[in-house]
Amino acid sequence: MKLFKSRKTSALMSSPYIAWATIFIIIPLCMVIYYGITDSNGQLTFDNITTIAKPGYLKALIRSVELALISTLVCFILAYPLGMILAGMKLKNNSYIVTLFILPMWMNFLLRTLTWMTLLEGKGVINTILDFFHLPTMKIINTPGAIVLGMVYNFLPFMILPIYNSLNSIDENVINAAKDLGADNLQTFLRITLPLSLPGILSGITMVFIPALTTFAISTMLGGSKILLIGNIIEQEFTQLYDWNLGSGLSIVLMLFILLNMIIESVSSKKGDR
Amino acid sequence: MKNHFISKLLLTFTALGILTGCGNSNDSASNKLYVYNWGEYIDEEVIEQFEEETGIDVIYDMFETNEIMYAKLAQDPSAYDVICPSDYMIQKLIENDMLKELNFANIPNSVNIGEQYFEQSRDFDPENKYSVPYCWGTVGILYNKTMVDDVVDSWDILWNPKYNGQILMQDSVRDALMVSLIRNGYSLNTTNPDEIAVATKDLIDQKPLVQAYVVDQVRDKMIGEEAALGVIFSGEAIYTARENPDLVYVVPKEGTNVWIDSWVITKESKHTENAEKWIDFMCRPDIALKNFEYITYSTPNVAAQELIEDEEIKNSKVAFPDLSAFPTESYKYLGESGDRLYNDAWMEVKSADY
Repeated sequence: MKLFKSRKTSALMSSPYIAWATIFIIIPLCMVIYYGITDSNGQLTFDNITTIAKPGYLKALIRSVELALISTLVCFILAYPLGMILAGMKLKNNSYIVTLFILPMWMNFLLRTLTWMTLLEGKGVINTILDFFHLPTMKIINTPGAIVLGMVYNFLPFMILPIYNSLNSIDENVINAAKDLGADNLQTFLRITLPLSLPGILSGITMVFIPALTTFAISTMLGGSKILLIGNIIEQEFTQLYDWNLGSGLSIVLMLFILLNMIIESVSSKKGDR
Repeated sequence: MKNHFISKLLLTFTALGILTGCGNSNDSASNKLYVYNWGEYIDEEVIEQFEEETGIDVIYDMFETNEIMYAKLAQDPSAYDVICPSDYMIQKLIENDMLKELNFANIPNSVNIGEQYFEQSRDFDPENKYSVPYCWGTVGILYNKTMVDDVVDSWDILWNPKYNGQILMQDSVRDALMVSLIRNGYSLNTTNPDEIAVATKDLIDQKPLVQAYVVDQVRDKMIGEEAALGVIFSGEAIYTARENPDLVYVVPKEGTNVWIDSWVITKESKHTENAEKWIDFMCRPDIALKNFEYITYSTPNVAAQELIEDEEIKNSKVAFPDLSAFPTESYKYLGESGDRLYNDAWMEVKSADY
């Protein structure tokens, strides 16, 4: 550790990271902001940002927030009990639990979503099986339900892992102390376990809500391009319409939402610390 | 301390600059060709054959719509040497000075292309200076005769509530609006905002009946009987009928769009000679035939048409339709204001309730 004592060396060691952050985070961010507040002639304008208030755009934004909130809620409801079960198992080596949830991610996310498409289609795998047993088939592909399913499937591990980690790090003695002092199971859960796992819950919510809000691949594949999310609009502005200014302006709006989410998270986790 | 850090940073940037600089100079010296074509629009063996015969290293990329192609090229005009856009997009590229005039002396095989196709190309390339036709065709309705019991001869069937959830529409602005414009008796190049508004409203009304807006997937979804009706390019008709004999291709009586996709060379191309060799290769009868047999899109290559062995396909009205049988019109580039009108209309349709 002596190596890092000198400030000179620490600056040297961190320079690759700083260069990386500058080239791939700060410069692109500045470009997005620059494009977002100028028009195609380079004149300063806020039209790109205020476009979000136009009916079609606003509708897509509201729809995106709705679906992202639903997905986050579903992920939380599924992940929390699972996290408790896993933490309760008191596994000596918990690395294989982690592997279990990361394993599907070894395959590309687009491929996994594409698989859902073939599973859910009208004549897809699930309906063929249902049909074989003369059960009523289901029509879920190209509906908001299919998009939520795709989001939950893809982002669930990001909710489970932080919750599991925070539950796992709760000191057993704290819970025992609560019980010694006469708290019943519900009280222990509400006043000890839940508050102590709050940081995990909050980071889980952020890690699910943000990708769900900005996705465009899931809605294209599982929504049949019928359900336009704000991510789809931004993607279209860049890939189809070649309007970088509007695309960047809308991205800034989306960034504000993400920022808001992060502010709420940091405020509530500070409260949790106290 | 700070200076030290900044000098490191500068060093990193310079190093990056040198690296990328090297990459570029190597690139132009080497024997390469950057091709940008539609997805599934060539027999891949043809690319290998070209590489073997010429020793040129082909880097082959694909796009899904003309608009995606344009956005990519506008962003980096030297990214590709030879591309294959459609008529109206070629017009846009010409007007924006993004194409290079062809030297037909280096493309001797272009004589194999039927004169009428060059004639038709004058709509978008008035002096036949920039483009060599590759494929052409119409847009129509592909339907499954076991799933549709009405007569399919009009675009109206795509608005029939009986086929709720069984309809596939094209997910590209011009093709989607074309259907609605022609159905209302308007020109598919109209820039009259009222006419576009009517067409847009119809598409919004139709949206609940539509299963999905897709491009290349229409083909596989129709073969897999996922849908009963789909808007599709004529070139897919032979292929889909081969894969699923219940599928029939119809050009509606109200008329349709006749399109040509042609090879063009970009203004900023660094490998012009190779690009000309590529276009010439594509015009060779045996190569055009190979491509036709694989992708089944109508070839404008008359010499290749003669070589088709299957009499049924050679005389097929689907592969080589009689264009006087129904009204036809080609897309034109409508200028930036026209593009805006269409894009806004399409945006309105896409964001409407489903």
